[in-house]
Amino acid sequence: MKLEAAHDGPVVYDDTAVRGFALATVLWGVVGMAVGVFIAAQLAWPELGTGIPWLSYGRLRPLHTNAVIFAFGGCALFATSLHVVQRTCQVPLFAPLLARFVFWGWQAVIVAAAITLPLGYTRGKEYAELEWPIGLLIAIVWVAYAVVFFGTVGRRRVRHVYVANWFFGAFILAVALLHIVNGAVMPAGWLKSYSVYAGVQDAMVQWWYGHNAVGFFLTAGFLGMMYYYIPKQAGRPVYSYRLSIVHFWALIFTYMWAGPHHLHYTALPDWAQSIGMVFSLILLAPSWGGMINGVMTLSGAWHKLRDDPILKFLIVSLSFYGMSTFEGPMMSIKTVNALSHYTDWTIGHVHSGALGWVGLISMGSMYYLIPRMFGRTSMYSVRAIDLHFWIATVGIVLYIASMWIAGVMQGLMWRAVNPDGTLVYSFVEGVKATYPFYIVRFIGGLLYLGGMLVMAWNTVMTVSRGRVTQAPVPALAVQQQGA
Amino acid sequence: MEVMYLLVPLSVLAVLAILCVFAWAVGAGQFDDLEGEGLRIFDATDAALDADQADADVRIEKSLNDVAARVPAEIQEKGRFE
Repeated sequence: MKLEAAHDGPVVYDDTAVRGFALATVLWGVVGMAVGVFIAAQLAWPELGTGIPWLSYGRLRPLHTNAVIFAFGGCALFATSLHVVQRTCQVPLFAPLLARFVFWGWQAVIVAAAITLPLGYTRGKEYAELEWPIGLLIAIVWVAYAVVFFGTVGRRRVRHVYVANWFFGAFILAVALLHIVNGAVMPAGWLKSYSVYAGVQDAMVQWWYGHNAVGFFLTAGFLGMMYYYIPKQAGRPVYSYRLSIVHFWALIFTYMWAGPHHLHYTALPDWAQSIGMVFSLILLAPSWGGMINGVMTLSGAWHKLRDDPILKFLIVSLSFYGMSTFEGPMMSIKTVNALSHYTDWTIGHVHSGALGWVGLISMGSMYYLIPRMFGRTSMYSVRAIDLHFWIATVGIVLYIASMWIAGVMQGLMWRAVNPDGTLVYSFVEGVKATYPFYIVRFIGGLLYLGGMLVMAWNTVMTVSRGRVTQAPVPALAVQQQGA
Repeated sequence: MEVMYLLVPLSVLAVLAILCVFAWAVGAGQFDDLEGEGLRIFDATDAALDADQADADVRIEKSLNDVAARVPAEIQEKGRFE
């Protein structure tokens, strides 16, 4: 296809939405993590916020999860996917005005969440708390996003669709499907609705949604980032491109049925639980294939890890991806789950994936992206990136180690029985024993937030000294026109 | 578990759809050169993206000239990059 320059100049990439989403990622990262630190403090010191309903744990916890997953993680996904799709397809965005609508629409969703959740309006479904009018807005924004993304892929000048785009594409389509199925409600007023499913049916739909959100929002999308920004930052192609293709198809073929492992030992039929466990175990293979592929991209260039803090972010994120995708299948085994379920082990597991994998890969990608979006070669302070990396890593280790210990301890205390069949410990004794670990977790979270604040400062300094430049689309693809 | 009558067919349809896309991708030659494609993301002239604030304009101009120099003569005649 041919590209026409708009104003007699060279054809340039449309990065307005990318810039907006990149900066929003940093902003919402700070906000979401600050809320997380606050509710972690509430668990250690429960009197915090007593008497103020909109500061109560039950309302702020969904605000925290929505802010970090959909505001921080979501904006990072929008920014990187809209950047990567243009660069790898070597065309400007399809419908750039629609991309700006996606930006402002998504910010509206975030603000609506930040208002309604503390006020107590919720559907009560984990990671799908937002009431139906906001759910509708999400659907509209998502369709616009899909049009922009697939429209850009559709008019690409490079015949091959780069593997990162496959991951982004699967993420966009799967999240649309999940959102529609789990969002089916009967409204009962503007901010109240009832799910169309009831009882255990609803639980099944909820965790079919919930775990696939982990699989496609928090995994596939971020793998798209991994397959572009790691090779670019390392300056070498992905270790095995062939394996990356196998990784993609294996992951999306096997992901959909892991959800029931969230409902082990519940009213869900036993066979459905077993299916969930088997599919979770199968997932270990593609996950580790991808993880090894990403890490081995540095094969022969390991020395780059010594002095490139961005690569540290990207590669360590993959080691956390490997850890949590090993831990997840193990925890889905019913006998292991009998110990881990409902304990803080689950919280530790989630945060090893969230802080370690999703957080670090997003931050690393943003450190690559933000200076380039503002006409600079690197962030204002490279040493601050290094500082951020170490603060964040220490924070993660404190967080997940304390939650592992607390979780296993709780599981063992809850199941301890006297010879006469009575429980050895009352529930509150378990809570008391967990107290020091809640404080360690709070410190870990505080460190992670501190790292994010360093990033925010670095971003402000970079952007205020930078300038918006127009990046021309290279002429390279001329050779392969007609694709 | 009536909801399985929704979720299972949905998953089967999803897998069939994935199979169709996979068949298209294989048929369209998406996977014909699996090692070369990994290198392509380095082909593009990134110079302008990496331009430092201080001399951004100079380097953008330079990279545009580089780009223009690589365009075949017949296309240059049409002046697309002027």
